[in-house]
Amino acid sequence: MYRTAKGEEIFVIDGHTHFWDGSPANQKNIHGKQFIECFYAYHSNLSPPSEKWEKEKFEKYDAKTMFDDLFVAGYDDMAILQPTYLTDFYKNGFNTTERNSAMKKSHPDRFILNGAFDPRDGNKGLEDLHALSEKHKLKGVKLYTAEWRGESKGYKLSDKDSYKYLEAAQKLGIKNIHVHKGPTIIPLNRDAFDVADIDDVATSFQDLNFIVEHCGLPRLDDFCWIATQETNVYAGIAVALPFIHSRPGYFAHVISELLFWIGPDKILYGSDYGIWTPKWLIDKFMAFEIPADITKETGSVLTMENKTKILGLNAARLYGIDVEAQKKKIKAGGGYAHLSEAVHAPA
Amino acid sequence: MSKHVTDDLLEPHRQVESGQVEVRPAEVWACLRGVMDPELDESVVDLNFVTRADVDLRNRVHIEFRLPTYWCAANFSFLMADDMRRAVSMLDWVEGVSVVLGEHMYADKINAGLAQGLSFQETFGVEADGDLDDLRRTFLLKAFQRRQVALLNHLTGIGHPPETIVALTLAELDCLPVNDEGARLRRRYLERRDVVGRVRGNFPAFVDAAGSPLKVDGFAAYVSGLRRVGVNAEFNSALCRGLLSVRFDLETPFVPTTRASLSTAEAQQQQSRRP
Repeated sequence: MYRTAKGEEIFVIDGHTHFWDGSPANQKNIHGKQFIECFYAYHSNLSPPSEKWEKEKFEKYDAKTMFDDLFVAGYDDMAILQPTYLTDFYKNGFNTTERNSAMKKSHPDRFILNGAFDPRDGNKGLEDLHALSEKHKLKGVKLYTAEWRGESKGYKLSDKDSYKYLEAAQKLGIKNIHVHKGPTIIPLNRDAFDVADIDDVATSFQDLNFIVEHCGLPRLDDFCWIATQETNVYAGIAVALPFIHSRPGYFAHVISELLFWIGPDKILYGSDYGIWTPKWLIDKFMAFEIPADITKETGSVLTMENKTKILGLNAARLYGIDVEAQKKKIKAGGGYAHLSEAVHAPA
Repeated sequence: MSKHVTDDLLEPHRQVESGQVEVRPAEVWACLRGVMDPELDESVVDLNFVTRADVDLRNRVHIEFRLPTYWCAANFSFLMADDMRRAVSMLDWVEGVSVVLGEHMYADKINAGLAQGLSFQETFGVEADGDLDDLRRTFLLKAFQRRQVALLNHLTGIGHPPETIVALTLAELDCLPVNDEGARLRRRYLERRDVVGRVRGNFPAFVDAAGSPLKVDGFAAYVSGLRRVGVNAEFNSALCRGLLSVRFDLETPFVPTTRASLSTAEAQQQQSRRP
């Protein structure tokens, strides 16, 4: 919960969090080591110096640290756990639905647990998706179309096999398809960068929402074009948001383009925890205004209303969260007991 | 590449038979400066990707480079290496070029392919779909658009209305009075103007990606559309520079000119400091 100086309460849903284990003990090979190091480079490069973690903490943090960073020190009210399996790199996987489910189990009112699938897993994968959905009552999945697997260098959502999975998701009530279209996670080929497959499936699956994580970076330009044409395509701003500290000018450009092309109702905040933490991201975001020269170009303004939508209301709509009811639940569980000290009040 | 073998040959001071010898490393660096990261449309030298470019006694050039992440796309990596080799091979005294990529998930594979002069397709076999020419074309087009919108914004900013801008021929654009910044943007744009069609003095200066002349009608919307391309490229560039600086413990922003003036010994020292 973020409270403004005037006392307005802003309900925050963090669209992108992880509970990973990237520790050396869990690394299967050099790729596992390089993967967490790459994440750590993102963290080190874009965090303010005071927010930098030691490498060891970054590799593996415990549940309490995560809870405190998100909900006590941070302003998140709820957080979506997005899995990243990477079972080729990590013995027990990097950040599986199973691992994340421990967080959800301990704090059911705080977390939304998402699953994952990979259309290359065939019928067995479809069965697994059914079982996973049944067990966790999934409302969303996170997909990595660029993941290389054996001979395959990624897949497209528009592939025949992907359609089968999306049809299954639709039947199972998994409405929110988060697709990682962002900075490289696994070596990519040309097509894996492409966001055109989003266009195809967004048209074919009108009942599903496609949340393009990292707003298509490094293909923001193509993404904006597609998202403009499809009503069910959204932008997750994890990775773009931390630029608000190191390169506020670039962040201003990106957010103003997103507002211009796809509008304030289709942008979702995400911290990408543990790469970055909600406290400083939201402090900076709430204090941020798009500079006048950029507003002159795009006409985009980051009003309080827009900020409120981006930080929580848009995700609440996608995940069917009744904000007032949820606030009551969290309050009843003592979730806001810390607020008198921790709340931020801008000068 | 076996490093100690080439190091034995790196004794530039003994190559005194011709005054040209001393300028050869500078010529190599000048060629490399013209090689762009296709995605960022910035020089691989300015981005600080190139860690070494030496000329040995047999006039062979040895280039080493690395990228912001272990995961950078294999095809982009290959493309840059290929472009470096092509660019340096244009120098008439060059007897051979080796390009080696360091600290990358596919370094071994890419380096083996480069050493054997294979294409990306041949190097990666079934894992590669589509050849690099399409990719190169896509990014040249983006570079053209990004450079065009920068110049259009500049010209609009100094008071030229759309009517004037769309009517300019290439020859007229070339003569248009502009300040240093304008001249730089114009030069960059003209370098990529041939991506979308033939270039002659009496041809329109400003055409779209399909080669059709821009029109007054819809000019503002066209410029808005291109703005996305520029913002995207700047964002990527900031990300890549930042990641590289963390990965190799460099400082941003880089001062690429110091790189070119490093002696071999210093360059090697710098290499040995890298993790």
